[in-house]
Amino acid sequence: MRMLGRTAANLFWLSRYVERAENMARLLEVGYRMSLTSRREGGASEHLISMMQAAEVDEGFAEKHEVADVDTVAHYMMFDPNNASSVFSCLMAARTNARSVRTAITTDMWESMNEAWLEFSQIKPRDVRGAKLLGLLQWVKHRSHEFRGALLGTILRDDGFAFLQAGNFVERADNTARILDMKYYVLLPRATLVGGDLDIQQWTLILRAASAHRAYRHVYHDRYKAHNIADFLILRPEMPRSLIFCARFVQQNLDMLGEFYGRRECCHDAAAELLAMVEGASMDSIFAHGLHEFLVEFIARNNRVTDALSESYNFY
Amino acid sequence: MGDKTPFDEMYNPDGSVREPYRALSQWLDEQPDKALALMQADAEAIFRKLGITFAVYGSEEGTEKVIPFDVIPRIIAANEWRRLAKGIEQRVRALNAFLYDIYHRQEILKAGRVPEKLVLQNEAFCPQMMGLEPAKGVYAHIIGVDIVRVGPDEFYVLEDNLRTPSGVSYMLEDREAMMMLAPDLFQRTKVAPVETYPENLRRTLESVAPEGANGTPNIAVLTPGIYNSAYFEHSFLADQMGAQLCEGHDLFVDGGKVYMRTTTGPERVDVIYRRIDDDFLDPLTFRPDSMLGVPGLFDAYRAGNVTLVNAPGTGIADDKAVYTYVPEIIEFYLGEKALLANVPTYNCTDEAQRRWVLENIHELVVKEVHGSGGYGMLVGPTSTKAQQAEFKRKIEARPDNYIVQPTLSLSTCPTHINGDVAPRHVDLRPYVLVGDEVRITPGGLTRVALKKGSLVVNSSQGGGTKDTWVLED
Repeated sequence: MRMLGRTAANLFWLSRYVERAENMARLLEVGYRMSLTSRREGGASEHLISMMQAAEVDEGFAEKHEVADVDTVAHYMMFDPNNASSVFSCLMAARTNARSVRTAITTDMWESMNEAWLEFSQIKPRDVRGAKLLGLLQWVKHRSHEFRGALLGTILRDDGFAFLQAGNFVERADNTARILDMKYYVLLPRATLVGGDLDIQQWTLILRAASAHRAYRHVYHDRYKAHNIADFLILRPEMPRSLIFCARFVQQNLDMLGEFYGRRECCHDAAAELLAMVEGASMDSIFAHGLHEFLVEFIARNNRVTDALSESYNFY
Repeated sequence: MGDKTPFDEMYNPDGSVREPYRALSQWLDEQPDKALALMQADAEAIFRKLGITFAVYGSEEGTEKVIPFDVIPRIIAANEWRRLAKGIEQRVRALNAFLYDIYHRQEILKAGRVPEKLVLQNEAFCPQMMGLEPAKGVYAHIIGVDIVRVGPDEFYVLEDNLRTPSGVSYMLEDREAMMMLAPDLFQRTKVAPVETYPENLRRTLESVAPEGANGTPNIAVLTPGIYNSAYFEHSFLADQMGAQLCEGHDLFVDGGKVYMRTTTGPERVDVIYRRIDDDFLDPLTFRPDSMLGVPGLFDAYRAGNVTLVNAPGTGIADDKAVYTYVPEIIEFYLGEKALLANVPTYNCTDEAQRRWVLENIHELVVKEVHGSGGYGMLVGPTSTKAQQAEFKRKIEARPDNYIVQPTLSLSTCPTHINGDVAPRHVDLRPYVLVGDEVRITPGGLTRVALKKGSLVVNSSQGGGTKDTWVLED
């Protein structure tokens, strides 16, 4: 039995939304931590705003709120139904997609998604403050991990699996690229080799947002350096949130689809073009080309993968 | 019939336990305090986690509720079931023969055994079906027969549901839940399996595929979508039998054939188990404003390129007014006496009967001919004077729109109510599949009125469900 184009689209977006919910939680956690440690006047608000820029929700926020403090930002990122990327919206969209494709996912995946939604929808936003907020952010990450665990542990390795995985890693690539682009200027090579306190703080933010601050030490055995951080999140194949890791994963899963259906489609070219940007590249060549320009191009090519995938497999 | 003590399925009038309930009774006695309450809570959690929910129309948009599940099973003895099954099979054969006749030569009308007006001027009669030859001559493939019990040997058929009856997923999930909650109880009793239903459904659907279908027929379950109250059941059945779950826009008709839109292009569909009403099936043939259906579907069906399950127009055979003629219908086509009795039904268009009905309305049940789900009905003994007056007016204004029956004293079954066990009224809906053969799943859906004394078992009116056990010899 072949899969409906609608089902393929639902699977792809199901895992994109789960990944996005997790990334939103991670970003909010970073913004929250940074705002707590900021000593400067207005510093807390700046951290929160730049975090929202990375999540691309800063404009929507500004339309609804005048002041960016922990409460308003946390509410907007977690619970606001008008924010299409809020954790609330992501979990609801993920669950709606899951409900539409119940026959294409396993009971374990459905239960994990359904329970996550049922629990989350019972939380009263006003009860979530301070330490409770951090607890809830942990919970969101755990739920995402649980869903991924159910997926990896139970689903058949057929076309459905490939659509789910492609969605997951297209979303993750987009997220990492945006985090880097938000702070690209603190990663540029500069005359002075020693970063000041402010730089260290910014670097920590970037690494934490990618869950990479501990892994960095394992890989580099070194203090934070702009060049290393950029290298880690762009070119290190062992880093599961790096651009090269995600691009390879996307390609692998599209190859799996090509094999499954017995033919190559335009999405395979799009994935190859994405991977070509990071495969065999060096940080020196990327800096020479311009880091910001590089990231903008990467995000655009990543979006083209989604478009080409929709076209290749009749998403509707 | 209203005053009698209702028949209790578990206890004899002298307080002794009826044979089929022996093991259950012993098991109940052994349960420590609060065990049932804990099981009840576990059951609720299981159902919610699995997402076995239904939407309640009229309540807040998107509200999903779990139908209450009662942890005490309802039990039917092997010999009782054999009798029921025979009667059910006879009924569904006769009703399919009736449908074939009504949409062809209409012999039964010519013979004057069923009034012509009642059929031909009935809203449920579907003129588009005239002369159409459905695969294997079957119109109603999936049937739920509502049966009530009023005594040790007295069963009545309340209704034949021939238009995509729902609830079969509850029959299956109630069993799953019961096995999880009380595995020890199953070790002591031989219960006939219901898990065969999805496979039998698949076989039934395959058996009625169009002749031209190559190899294994491609089966689709057509659902109105995720906001439909029975969506869980649609996805559950598609999943259990390995069929594609489709919404209207997933299908299209080209050159008189039906296709689904897949990742690699169009794929032919042979059998559609549709869970949307006749009116919405095809905007080109039926309601033009339908967004749920598939344009051109009916023409593809007429051309014999796809099988619709159930066929359009089966509603004429479960119409509440036609219902009164079912014993007649059985005799006409099978030359046999009906094995299962109908509930005596008064005809309000007959003046003498109507007068009697209006005088005795406080003891009677009044149902709208086209109503369902427990909406638009009056249960005399539990109604207010104002409600009775309202229904009297309605009957006088449109006597043909109502059927009236005596209030049956439905049997009761022990039910867990807030930590205690108390009798509550139940009915029974066995599920029947008709294709190359008739397949009846031993068991069915037992619905229970959780409110004390209530005779209305519909989930929309506060009813719950029970696992239903048919014992094996």
